[in-house]
Amino acid sequence: MSTIPDTKDSAEASVEQTVGWLSRMLLIRRFEERAEQLTLRGKIPGGVHPAVGQEATAVGVASVLTTADTVSAPHRGHHHALAKGMSPDRLMAELFGKATGVSGGRGGSMHLADFEIGFIGSNGIVGASVGVALGDAFAAHYRHEQRVAVAFFGDGGVNTGRTWEAVNLASAWKLPLVVVCENNLYAVETPTAEVTGGGSIVRRAEGFGVAAVSVDGQDVGEVREAASAAKKRALAGEGPTFIEARTYRYSGHGSGEGPGAYRTVDEIEQWRSSRDPIMRLRAALAKAGQITDDEYARLETEADREVDEAVRFAEESPWPDE
Amino acid sequence: MVEAINAGLADAMADDDHVLVFGEDVGRLGGVFRVTDGLQARFGQRRCFDTPLAEAGIVGLAIGLSMRGYRPVPELQFDGFSYPALDQVISHLAKYRNRSQGAMPMRVTVRIPSFGGIGSPEHHCESPETYFAHTAGVRVVSPSNPADAYSMLRESIAGDDPVIFLEPKRRYWSRQDLALPVTTEPSDRARVARPGSDVTVVAYGAMVRVALDAAEVAERDGGVSLEVVDLRCLAPLDLDAVLDSVRRTGRCIVVHEAPRTLGLGAEIAAVVQERAFHSLEAPVLRVTGFDTPYPPATLEGVWLPGVDRLLDAVEQVLEP
Repeated sequence: MSTIPDTKDSAEASVEQTVGWLSRMLLIRRFEERAEQLTLRGKIPGGVHPAVGQEATAVGVASVLTTADTVSAPHRGHHHALAKGMSPDRLMAELFGKATGVSGGRGGSMHLADFEIGFIGSNGIVGASVGVALGDAFAAHYRHEQRVAVAFFGDGGVNTGRTWEAVNLASAWKLPLVVVCENNLYAVETPTAEVTGGGSIVRRAEGFGVAAVSVDGQDVGEVREAASAAKKRALAGEGPTFIEARTYRYSGHGSGEGPGAYRTVDEIEQWRSSRDPIMRLRAALAKAGQITDDEYARLETEADREVDEAVRFAEESPWPDE
Repeated sequence: MVEAINAGLADAMADDDHVLVFGEDVGRLGGVFRVTDGLQARFGQRRCFDTPLAEAGIVGLAIGLSMRGYRPVPELQFDGFSYPALDQVISHLAKYRNRSQGAMPMRVTVRIPSFGGIGSPEHHCESPETYFAHTAGVRVVSPSNPADAYSMLRESIAGDDPVIFLEPKRRYWSRQDLALPVTTEPSDRARVARPGSDVTVVAYGAMVRVALDAAEVAERDGGVSLEVVDLRCLAPLDLDAVLDSVRRTGRCIVVHEAPRTLGLGAEIAAVVQERAFHSLEAPVLRVTGFDTPYPPATLEGVWLPGVDRLLDAVEQVLEP
């Protein structure tokens, strides 16, 4: 599996790096599509929350992280794990509940962790990822470690108190925390705009005295730039940054949940056809003469091969305590 | 059972316009289990509405509404999501009536899809009853069948006490021919779900079905007669019903999904030995979930008490 090159100092990226992001986004998409199918076929128990459509938020942020930097994630977290460098084999095995999974088959889709790669855990409680990352950011600060902790969470989590308790502490104590809100517009099936006072998530974050920015989450470069600035700020001792990444999930909240009554098929189609993060990066690379159709096709084939391999690995792995 | 609860909510809303239903995705979607399906369409957004994913806020809202004469019926989407609301439940919902010398009853029914057995992971299959039952000032009930679900819900909503209403998700799709409205026993009373003479099996929620299935097998294969007591109300416990049964059978097994340590089984066993010691032919046994976090779906069949584990316990209490 390819790894995303670390870039510690600059948001500037080489062609090779940019193609690396495209390849990682393709891997995530194919992985998620397959995971949803396998769930519906009964191979994956317990359901999954697919992140199809949200690939750029995870890959853009992870592109500025080293292994020492950590990521905590919410219930929809396969893309964060894969972007941070989790083995697709061990992730798929975890979804299957196999002993070779990252959590020994005892965690499942929502409870992934791989401390070796700095993925400090996903969990199913909305907004709870921020508190976990807060503690890790505190530890980094306390021990003078040059690293950051990143908390991904969703727009559903902006209306729960625990999220803001963590943001407040990170701000008060200038901790190296990067809080990334993936705003995909719907908290399960409730439109977030209908239950969010003040309208702006970023302004709310600003109220806690943190640097806050809203970016196009479907543009991997824009996400990366914001993450890079956040990391610099954190490492310079200037405290946390709050990033709202405006994004969209093409699938339902959970596996096999169709478009639902809360949004239109047109809306989904519009995001897919005009703002898809993979399509956009591919088009930008093609326009700059940095990728041919053949090369892109090879990336797709490679992503499929990796996912095939992950499924094979999961199928052949033993059950826990077997 | 989903239809029975839905009808219970609809009938309560139709009878009293102070009944308000709200929670995560209960409005437009009708709840993730479709329990509140159609209520917003029928009663409008003022009576049935969506909230943010904010459980402490949801229960706080219910407390304040109750002070102003409403009868809120909030839904917390899953058992494991109820913990952020524990502070509001323990420190306020359970205490207001006492704190106000009875002036401020809390007419709140907090519905929580609960317990395991549907292949969902941690946070979505937990047994939170002990946290609530340990708190003086709230009633905790759990219906095991559609008729009880309807009747106990109506009674909870109409009552003056705060009720934690734990719906066994695993029984959501169970079916029963019912002519509604139906009224079953008062919801603070246990019921003998199957009379028997050899061993008392105390159960609640989805475990009642397991106990009844075990009773079938025991009768058929071993000629052993199990009496199944459906607790229905977990706080306060109807211990007289349990003691009455144990005094007849001389043997008692408590079955619950919740982890063993300090689960309801511990309390029931303690009371049975305090008050029916001389009727006992064998120690009171517990068949429970394990003292571990709820496992992933692949292992839940091992984790949850089933007919086999219950029958092992039956064999044990019958050993001469």
